[in-house]
Amino acid sequence: MLEIRDLAKSFGGVKATDNVSLDFADGSLTAVIGPNGAGKSTFFNLITGALRPDAGTIKLDGVDLAGRSPPEIVRHGIGRAFQVASIFPSLTVEETMLAAVGADLRRAGVLHRRFPLGETRDRAEQAMELLGLANKRRRTAATLSHGDQKLLDIALALVLDPKVLLLDEPTAGMGTEERWRMIDKVRELWERQKITVVFIEHDMDIVFKIAPEIVVLCYGRILAKGTPDAIRRNQDVIDAYLGTEHHAGAHA
Amino acid sequence: MSELQAGQGAALNISDAKSTRYRDVIIALIAFVVLALLPMLTSSKFLLDFVIRCSAYGLFATSLNLLVGYTGLTSFGHGMFFGLGAYGYGLIMQKTGVPIPVAFVATLLITFVFATVIGAICVRLKEIYFAFVTLAFQMLIHSTILSWVSFTGGDQGLRGGIPRPPFLGIDLSNHLHLYIFSCALLVIGLLLMRQIAQSPFGYTLRMIRDNATRASFVGIDVYRAKLTIFVLAALFASVGGMIMALFVSGAYPEFAYWTISGEGIFINMLGGVTTFLGPMVGTVLLLILNDTVTRLTEYHGIVLGIVILFFAIGLRKGLMDFVFEWYAQRRDAARERG
Repeated sequence: MLEIRDLAKSFGGVKATDNVSLDFADGSLTAVIGPNGAGKSTFFNLITGALRPDAGTIKLDGVDLAGRSPPEIVRHGIGRAFQVASIFPSLTVEETMLAAVGADLRRAGVLHRRFPLGETRDRAEQAMELLGLANKRRRTAATLSHGDQKLLDIALALVLDPKVLLLDEPTAGMGTEERWRMIDKVRELWERQKITVVFIEHDMDIVFKIAPEIVVLCYGRILAKGTPDAIRRNQDVIDAYLGTEHHAGAHA
Repeated sequence: MSELQAGQGAALNISDAKSTRYRDVIIALIAFVVLALLPMLTSSKFLLDFVIRCSAYGLFATSLNLLVGYTGLTSFGHGMFFGLGAYGYGLIMQKTGVPIPVAFVATLLITFVFATVIGAICVRLKEIYFAFVTLAFQMLIHSTILSWVSFTGGDQGLRGGIPRPPFLGIDLSNHLHLYIFSCALLVIGLLLMRQIAQSPFGYTLRMIRDNATRASFVGIDVYRAKLTIFVLAALFASVGGMIMALFVSGAYPEFAYWTISGEGIFINMLGGVTTFLGPMVGTVLLLILNDTVTRLTEYHGIVLGIVILFFAIGLRKGLMDFVFEWYAQRRDAARERG
């Protein structure tokens, strides 16, 4: 269980995250939505250690991770994919996966053996199969399509065997068809891996279709949280973010 | 040089990984035997001296590529460890008279301490700041050597020769012994650096070079990894300096001057950084260029400058990068035909 209490972060006079308290149950799938500048990415950055919170706690299975470094947080089970695919351009897909598993097994500093380590192969293979990258294993990351780079980014987080997977706009920069393929993949991963998935998304059709739980952030605060139906009907959310289109969709 | 990245051409065939270590050892042994047999084929002292100098600068340049090519840390001050090796070894031998292996180990320990302290400060910095702070440390060490005349001999260097007492049947005052000893250090050093480059740690370095932020989100302690390779590279550079001190039987402020670091960068640009042996090839090229051009004209600086511009701006890659690209293209074309 990921428990966040009174999380706060300010940049100068701007409160990017303002006393946010949320619980993410084990195995849940939650979408985080909100207008640009709502503090969604900052929220992820605080959870994953990219930013140090001013106040608050971030507990995963009872262990407070607030203010710890990204490597420490990763080792406690929080994996992350980025809005712009964050990969290793010169490494092949296979090398990326093998090296990431090696890091997770605390073998990143091994000098006396040759890469790749035998004990890293199975997990790397599984991650490549799961994300549909096995047939591109010899391709360097830089030569992959945008969609495959996003998948590789997710695979990098998933191969670390996280308890919680944070996906920052997994469909960013994709065409309509590619978006749906990606989001189907995310849902498939969630169902198969039984991990907690939290994702930021701007496409409301996608959010309302796949997310059982939605959190709406606005000006760093929680504007609303609940099921897709409840969010669709929430007047504050309609006024601040959704407009009338998705509200009308709820009545259809 | 930034468009090319070390290790891209190596170990892409994952299934062959286990056999690569044995292959490397065999290649190293063959190289050592060939070098060791060279004195039987030629009586040219110039050629043997050339190989000794290649050993010193080759270890230095290859260790620099561990930072520049594999980790993305462009150090402008790596030459300080070359100088530290030369002076450390020379001073220990002159002042204490301990056996050569003891002086070697003691010099490595001194280099380790210096590199750890300097690295702890520098590797926190990014890109140009890292480059210039390493340069600042090099200039600090160079200034100390110049000003501490009673200890280092100042601008005259360590005079009076460095004692070379025999050990384990090896007499380094014998030119042939010194030659074989230098070749052995070169081959062992290259083999160890090759192991680093092809180890899981070597791939950690590649990850940091490509995307340090992402590497930390994979669970890698980026700072520790950078400090580790900074210290390891310093140790190999120090061995290069020790070979040079043995060769010239002295140590001079030029060994710790910024131009040594500049030559290291130039060697990497000449030879290329995508292949492990690129810096070694660059070393041979630079020394040949230096030796021939200085004999032909007093304006050797201009000629070398033109060569640098040709590689840096004209080609944007080193000789071995060209060879590797050519080979990769042929291989891919053959695969497509097949």
